[in-house]
Amino acid sequence: MAYLQIRNLTKRYGTFTALGDVSLDIQEGEFVCFLGPSGCGKTTLLRAIAGLDPQTSGTIHQKGRDVSALPPAKRDFGIVFQSYALFPNLTVGDNVGYGLVNRRMPRADIAFRVEELLDLVGLPDSVRKYPAQLSGGQQQRVALARALATSPGLLLLDEPLSALDARVRLRLRHEIKALQRRLGVTTIMVTHDQEEALTMADRIVVMNHGAIEQVGPPQEIYRRPTSSFVADFVGSMNFLPGRLATPDLVTVAGLSFACLPQDGLALGKDVRVCIRPEDVKVRDLPADIVNRLPIEVADLDFVGSFCRANLRVRAEPKLALTADFSSNLIRDLGVQTGSHLDVALPPDRLRVFAT
Amino acid sequence: MTLALPARPTRVGMSRDDLVMRAGVLALAVVLLVIVGLPLWSLLAKGFEDRDGRFVGPANFITYFSTPALFDSALNSIYVAVVATAIVVPLAFTYAYALTRAVLPVRWLFQGISLIPIFAPSLLPGIALIYLFGNQGLLKELLGSAIYGFDGIVIAQVFYCIPHATLILATALATADARLYEAAEVLGTRKLRVFLTVTLPGAKYGLISAALVVFTLVITDFGIPKVIGGNYNVLATDVYKQVIGQQNFSMGAVVGMVLLVPAAVAFVVDRMVQRQQVASLTARAVPLVPKPERGRDAWFTAFCSVVAFGIVGILATAVWGSLIKYWPYNLSLTLDNYDFGKFDANGWDSYFNSLEMAVGAAVFGTALMFVGAWLNEKTRAFHLMRGVVQFLAFLPMAVPGLVLGLGYIFFFNAAGNPLNFLYGTMAILVINCVAHFYTVGHLTATTALKQIDPEFESVSASLKVPVWRTFGRVIAPICLPAILDIAIYLFVNAMTTVSSVIFLYSPDTKLASVAAVNIEEAGTTAAAAALCVVIVLTSAAVKALHVLADRFALGRLQAWRRR
Repeated sequence: MAYLQIRNLTKRYGTFTALGDVSLDIQEGEFVCFLGPSGCGKTTLLRAIAGLDPQTSGTIHQKGRDVSALPPAKRDFGIVFQSYALFPNLTVGDNVGYGLVNRRMPRADIAFRVEELLDLVGLPDSVRKYPAQLSGGQQQRVALARALATSPGLLLLDEPLSALDARVRLRLRHEIKALQRRLGVTTIMVTHDQEEALTMADRIVVMNHGAIEQVGPPQEIYRRPTSSFVADFVGSMNFLPGRLATPDLVTVAGLSFACLPQDGLALGKDVRVCIRPEDVKVRDLPADIVNRLPIEVADLDFVGSFCRANLRVRAEPKLALTADFSSNLIRDLGVQTGSHLDVALPPDRLRVFAT
Repeated sequence: MTLALPARPTRVGMSRDDLVMRAGVLALAVVLLVIVGLPLWSLLAKGFEDRDGRFVGPANFITYFSTPALFDSALNSIYVAVVATAIVVPLAFTYAYALTRAVLPVRWLFQGISLIPIFAPSLLPGIALIYLFGNQGLLKELLGSAIYGFDGIVIAQVFYCIPHATLILATALATADARLYEAAEVLGTRKLRVFLTVTLPGAKYGLISAALVVFTLVITDFGIPKVIGGNYNVLATDVYKQVIGQQNFSMGAVVGMVLLVPAAVAFVVDRMVQRQQVASLTARAVPLVPKPERGRDAWFTAFCSVVAFGIVGILATAVWGSLIKYWPYNLSLTLDNYDFGKFDANGWDSYFNSLEMAVGAAVFGTALMFVGAWLNEKTRAFHLMRGVVQFLAFLPMAVPGLVLGLGYIFFFNAAGNPLNFLYGTMAILVINCVAHFYTVGHLTATTALKQIDPEFESVSASLKVPVWRTFGRVIAPICLPAILDIAIYLFVNAMTTVSSVIFLYSPDTKLASVAAVNIEEAGTTAAAAALCVVIVLTSAAVKALHVLADRFALGRLQAWRRR
């Protein structure tokens, strides 16, 4: 049985439905990310799991126990907020030990545990400092240590990295992930940053308009999005308007492209044909490759390690496409604005969605 | 196929925290009902009774409005309040503008001087004006006639109201975004246009608020018209005359209700206007720091000097008058006027009574207001009861002290009231004081609490720490500056108030400000001035102590604020 079972969870504010009939299972020890744009209901779902903003209807079982109607204090979780919510007037040590003092633990044991936790998050020498004397990244680690102090069964992270600058964010991503793996604590993280979700999560729950769009491991979410929303929200994507001619052939602006067999879609219907910029093939095209497309390079946006190329289809100049060209490729083929090239759209990389 | 059952709504159980907090909110609602709601209700009921307590419907109101002597006071009150407001607001605006937008030498001194009147009972400016322009006034010849009446009231009110208006307007003007001014400058806008299109709209809400506060202060003040009003009757003095002079409590209640109307209207308008206001200063705003500009700075320095001279002059006159043997015939100095036993049976006791009441109000009032604001702010759900508390906490702001005091007589002195034993004790004075000044303390505490991360309670709950422990270990220590502000506010107001307590003291619990009124009434102006001076010194000393403590002692307690 799943560690956390969420069934038919609905949350309404007046007439606005923030969460509509959401069901989800989370396994013990899993690291799950709730990913979505702001207002998609991901934070609402997290706060319902914590009991901070209880759902309007639906049930939540944690480790087989029905916690649906319990106030937060009677549930088993630790939480870290974007704002850190560290108590500014208490030292780092007192912050971390805040939940332990209440458990009638001997003082020496508390001190030992606090030291252990601060070692764990890499801040061994900060016991006596006040939060204001620490950097943002350090404060967030203290908040993490405080949330873990009471060894909760479930760790909830509400956009924990959003308030930090880019470099610190990258480092903390790895540290949090490593820590979670080491402790094996079931963890749910809310984020709007797809890169964060892709690098950290065992499974990603993509949400939109108060409902779950897709659940799956990062690779799957990225490679096989099941809706055009997920395809658009996670990573970059080209969307081409087309029509499904046969189950494995789409036409786009008079051009035909082979694709994988599409079962769920009716023939003759308008569809959106998608391909990721990095999947557009340029080099070593065999003579008989399918979906070959002569294009002209409209312009090149230098992004650093690669260039994002805006391409125009020569047969149909209104049809635009972006592709990622590595620096090597640009050098080797002498690509520049106005260059004429042949590219290919591999059929197994094409995704087709109903409009 | 299964039928979709309607989802069963989740009813979340209450934790121990929730229960305790809700019980607290409920208790607070009961306390506020007893100290604010029921006394006001008694007052309203009394207005519809005759002298013997029989219900007579609107008869008293008919008498009131058909008796020109009574009704004229209402018009007088409004007239005085409008004129005083029309003078104070531009004066205070210019002063506040100078403090915030010009480079003044000794700016801190000008700021400090503008606050002086807060520490004085309102009858002090009245007494000082009598020394200068009264029947025996030194400068009486300048005016041609004695100052008693309309002119005297207005001038004294200007002195009394300046600090309140200046504080509000300086706050409004201080929160300006420098980028707006830079944009205007870059666009080559003329100064007058910048003032009219940037400065004034930015201070709009401050101006409205200041005008309403001054209007309410003037119309509800009792000390000034009592001392210098002469034959010019206003509502506040009428209430006093009906109750103390003629023992006509029903008519007193009616006049009190009439007095309640303009104060309540001003209050409601202010709340409505404030609700319109959106935060003009975003986190990204760049604070405006005035740059030196010789001509402008010189002009404003001169202006502020004149106003400051007026304020200091009035205070100095009162101090000087209190040290004079026999004004204006024997101007040699003496301390005889401070031997209060010669003028009033209570002697110095009334001063110690005032101290006792002020300390009591500061201690119990601050505790009640802060804990109350916390309960009301942090209790989950329970919206109805929290709304009741919020309403009762805001009510005192709209109720003049005299009216609340009168309500206290009717409520606590009623034969069947089990709280009757409080009547005539120090306790009822403290309670009345806390109730009268409840709103500002509640607002100060609420504002401070709103600035605290709302997730502190969530974190505590996840760590299974009871809310009251987090209150004691985190919330209260963080809010210490606000808590001290409330305590000082209560202390100073308790020391200086006349109107809210004048009906409630007993011979044993007479207060210094009341004694000053009585002594002045008996004709010994010098001793009344001396009492006022003692009150000013005490409240100013406590404030000075607060500032010093803030700077030095608290620095150590608040080490965590330093980076």
